[in-house]
Amino acid sequence: MTLKLATTTAALALVAAQAMAEEVRVYNWSDYIDEELLTKFESETGIDLIYDVFDSNEVLETKMLAGGSGYDVVVPTGSFLQRQIAAGAFQKLDQSKLSNAGNMWDAIKERTAQYDPGNEYSINYMWGTTGIGVNTGKVAEVLGADAPIDSLALIFDPANMEKLASCGVYMLDAPTEVIPAVLKYQGQDPDSKDADVIAGTEEVLMAIRPYVQKFDSSEYINALANGDICVAFGWSGDILQSRDRAAEAENGVEIAYNAPKEGALMWFDQMAIPVDAPNPDGAHKFLNFIMDAQNMAAASNYVYYANGNKASQEFLVEDVIGDTAIYPDEATVANLYTFSPYDPKLQRTVTRMWTKVKSGN
Amino acid sequence: MRRFTLIALPYLWLLGLFLVPFLIVLKISLSDLNLSIPPYMPQLDISAGWSGLMEFFSELDFENFVWLTEDDLYWKAYLSSLKIAVVATFLTLLVGYPVAYGMARAPSEWRPTLMMLVILPFWSSFLIRVYSWMGILSNEGFLNQFLLWTGIISEPLQIMNTTTAVYIGIVYTYLPFMILPIYSALEKMDDSLLEAAEDLGCSRLKAFWLITFPLSRAGMIAGCFLVFIPSIGEFVIPSLLGGSDTLMIGKVLWEEFFNNRDWPVASAVAVVLLMILVIPIILFQRNEQKQREAEG
Repeated sequence: MTLKLATTTAALALVAAQAMAEEVRVYNWSDYIDEELLTKFESETGIDLIYDVFDSNEVLETKMLAGGSGYDVVVPTGSFLQRQIAAGAFQKLDQSKLSNAGNMWDAIKERTAQYDPGNEYSINYMWGTTGIGVNTGKVAEVLGADAPIDSLALIFDPANMEKLASCGVYMLDAPTEVIPAVLKYQGQDPDSKDADVIAGTEEVLMAIRPYVQKFDSSEYINALANGDICVAFGWSGDILQSRDRAAEAENGVEIAYNAPKEGALMWFDQMAIPVDAPNPDGAHKFLNFIMDAQNMAAASNYVYYANGNKASQEFLVEDVIGDTAIYPDEATVANLYTFSPYDPKLQRTVTRMWTKVKSGN
Repeated sequence: MRRFTLIALPYLWLLGLFLVPFLIVLKISLSDLNLSIPPYMPQLDISAGWSGLMEFFSELDFENFVWLTEDDLYWKAYLSSLKIAVVATFLTLLVGYPVAYGMARAPSEWRPTLMMLVILPFWSSFLIRVYSWMGILSNEGFLNQFLLWTGIISEPLQIMNTTTAVYIGIVYTYLPFMILPIYSALEKMDDSLLEAAEDLGCSRLKAFWLITFPLSRAGMIAGCFLVFIPSIGEFVIPSLLGGSDTLMIGKVLWEEFFNNRDWPVASAVAVVLLMILVIPIILFQRNEQKQREAEG
């Protein structure tokens, strides 16, 4: 990260900071921050920020479980965080170093406590829903103007998928996102840990798999915006980013996001500090910087995800705070559900089924 | 003493870069899954001394290898990888041979330039080159746009995210490894043999089959191994260009490691893959040795 500093005093501070070579290494999801914030953090604190990205919880988790990742701040999703805390991957936050903690939103803290009791190890960065992104023009062309674009039936009913296959469908390569949605579609408990109930989702997925062009968790942002595909089952903010990229490109592609009316998965990406972080002190500074109301608002305004920071809401642009796809209204919130991790045995069954769904074997 | 050092160097290389990592993977493949850092047990506790070592060994078992035989996913993935590697190697040979032949027949002042052109792609990152293929092959990509423009097709061809795209990716990526050994075999060939054949009434085609082709065999075999061995365990190309139903062992390994967090089973898959590869590697070594002896 290069630094552009205007004043000489700041430059001197930087030289001093570099002499100490203080670094903070952050590992976050791809397309998940306003990069100006990174420069701002560097100029405010004089700490060198090294910012890497990933596109799946599995990659992050493997690094955490291998140990010695070298990162100071990482951003797992709640259910993954819970398991990594159990494995001893994170250190408890030092609340005395987080002066902005009061900005956090109680309603979100209550929900994240499900994964991290007492919110001792993590703070919420962003949260969102998993739902359906459509290229409205192409879907209407294929399925007609009354296509069920706000229903799970769009992606789990083979009759719809057969037609959509001609314009392209992508689905998250994350069984922990797709299987709960299938369960919801079947009218089951989406957080079911009953092996037989979960096995029942295989039938639905096998019926639609021939029509899914790819299971992938990051390429759909571009593919949807370019018009390469017409439907993506993905994360709310990603699809909204895709909508904006298409609008900027003025390529005639119009994207819409809907949380399924049957109910949508609500997930929480939590910032936490690995137990072996080289610079836990700097990590706390980064967390506190992110918890600042204006910084957090800048991040949300950029990536179109809701955050767990109540104080940031007054700085959010109307496009974000006023969009029910990002900050859902009461009725939608009541319809959201959460997910808890599988035990290792069930995880193996689920992954095996997922491989079968993806490869047909 | 000097001689000893000369012999020791390659062995140290093998020991440090092959045997030690292999033993670590083998050890993990004999361990059990556990929720900890690292996510398997038992851990070797050196401070416990001899008894700790004995206890450590007593906890290792072949359970994970038995597991591999119980699910048909694994052997299907091995077979499918073998098939993809064999087909891709054959296609690479088909494309690579004429290129190498053309290079070897070209005027000698052109050859360094042609050689440069073959090597040039290595100057940019492998990942970027595979990503560019995504831009070429996708539904809205260059190839489909071009074909639609010429009127050859009326609907975009679905090449991206299929096994065809994987073949294209492998052939493209490994082509230089096929061209270079064949070229070096052809370049060394004595032209007077061809002249003699023609003097004796051999047609050019027949002379090619009777002289050039057999003499370039060693180069072809070397090229085929250089393409086949890395393509069988290929992960990047199938995951970027392939579709969901492209089953390759590299992807299965990834899933065991990342999705199941099951390092022991992932390591067992890797050990079996290595066992499968040992056969072609030994054959390759033999071929090299024979060639060296022939050149004497």
